[in-house]
Amino acid sequence: MSGTIGWGVVAWVVGIAFFLPVLWMVLTAFKPESAAETWPPKFTFSPTLAEFRLVFSGWGPYVTHSAIATVASTVLVLMLGVPAAYALSVHPIKRWQDGLFFFISTKMLPIVAAIGPLYVIALKAHLLDSIWVLIILYTAMNLPLAIWMIRSFMLEVPGEMLEAAELDGAGRTREMTEVILPVISPGLISTALICVIFAWNELFLALNLTVTNAATLPMFLISSVPQEGLYIAHLSAAATLASVPVIIVGWIAQRSLVRGLSMGAIK
Amino acid sequence: MAAVDTSTVAGPQTRVRPRGASRRDAWQRRLPLLPALIYTIVVTQIPFLVTLWYSFQNYFFDVPGGAHWTGLSNYKQVFSSAAFRSALLRTVEMTASAVIVAMVLGVVFALLLDRKFLGRGVVRTLIITPFLIMPAAAALVWAGPMLDPNFGLLNYLLQPFGVHHVAWLSTHALGSVIVVMIWQWTPFMTLIVLAGLQSQPADTLEAAKVDGAGALATFRELTLPHLRPYIELGILLGSVYLVNVFDAVRLMTNGGPGTTTTNLPFYLYEQVNNAFDVGGAAAAGVVTVILTIIVATFALRLFARVFQFEGAN
Repeated sequence: MSGTIGWGVVAWVVGIAFFLPVLWMVLTAFKPESAAETWPPKFTFSPTLAEFRLVFSGWGPYVTHSAIATVASTVLVLMLGVPAAYALSVHPIKRWQDGLFFFISTKMLPIVAAIGPLYVIALKAHLLDSIWVLIILYTAMNLPLAIWMIRSFMLEVPGEMLEAAELDGAGRTREMTEVILPVISPGLISTALICVIFAWNELFLALNLTVTNAATLPMFLISSVPQEGLYIAHLSAAATLASVPVIIVGWIAQRSLVRGLSMGAIK
Repeated sequence: MAAVDTSTVAGPQTRVRPRGASRRDAWQRRLPLLPALIYTIVVTQIPFLVTLWYSFQNYFFDVPGGAHWTGLSNYKQVFSSAAFRSALLRTVEMTASAVIVAMVLGVVFALLLDRKFLGRGVVRTLIITPFLIMPAAAALVWAGPMLDPNFGLLNYLLQPFGVHHVAWLSTHALGSVIVVMIWQWTPFMTLIVLAGLQSQPADTLEAAKVDGAGALATFRELTLPHLRPYIELGILLGSVYLVNVFDAVRLMTNGGPGTTTTNLPFYLYEQVNNAFDVGGAAAAGVVTVILTIIVATFALRLFARVFQFEGAN
């Protein structure tokens, strides 16, 4: 039994050590700026919400853009992904494996390689610095992952349920709305959560293709680091607030995180 | 609960259907796929075709007159460019070391979390959190509050070991960036390996114990082979993401000092944003894509094996 306790202690120490930078970020966010850049670092101080207030007063447009790009792209992903996953699982097309591998192969192409031309295309299509360019690209970025994941949920719909619906004379639409969707709805939620995480955290495309009209939260973080002056507490408050939504989503969705990250391979 | 899903693979119930109705049926099957397929082709393939086009053009944002044909000169430049080669090597170095260390740590963490102890759920939550932190936030928090030479927490914690105000981002830039990559991706590896551990049948382990096998022997002979597909999957998916790491490089070191942390994503970003060289960046991009396709072909084959697909190519 003492061995068990020993391992528990080791696990706790490792866990806390690994979490330390997060803890430090949150702690620093509650410091007054003058207490954030001291040597030795201060562990006791009178906490203040001043930096959080400052972030709230400045992040409005950024958080709106992030929310719009994240929600809209996730909705689009589900609208495109559900029928596609259906065509690759329940009533599969002939070469469904090729289809699946086409989608996953797009995930391996480095988008960075096309960033110059993407900029030019966005410029010519009048999409530069518009929220649409992010919605369109985030949808493409998350769609392969979503298709693989949704497909793995659809394969779990019991065959008897589908056959029973068929015997009832249900067409494909009714089969989808009355049998499949209700069964896979928890799976759709975890799929959506994974897409939300990746879209919310994305920086590269936002940084290259937007300036002000569609600038997202990661860009707000960058702007919170000034050329000179004290900024550490302010940065920590901004980083904490920007990360909190996804951290909460991830904590809630811990179980489905594995499945999503392995694209449905691991249950 | 946790198992590599072989049923995904064994796959969909293809029913035998009569030949006559097959044309209409085939279209009925294809139709739901088309929107996603067309969308993905348009959004992900066209930019690469345009990239191919620009790679033969001389086109600088800051030079008026637009693009004009220049043949292979962009490619000649890419292949003779020491900066491109160094960025390529840096990418391999960063990805490989981050993926390997994250996987080793992931296996260790997973083995710890696989045991029963008080507060296991809490520790698991603590360990997955770095993966959920916005990468831009992680990079900036490491660069400032953690690694700053004058007030950073790390220097303070390392003081008893004789470390005094080390300017990590100037003296150990590459290592610092890799540490942040490892920190963010170890939770991912942990979760995947943990799923593998929990899918291991308890009775085999029990039998090994009865046979008098030591813990180490059991791990080497039973657990590790069982974990192999999980480890392969983790390495593959981790590499796909880490090869594109940009946030940590841009926000911690800006590719420097010099070019010590300039990987391909950052190199391409610089070409467009600072050199305004769309043609040159496009040619470098095309070379990058070709290299990626070569690696991805192997990766996809591995993927097919992990998912136990038959006849996938």
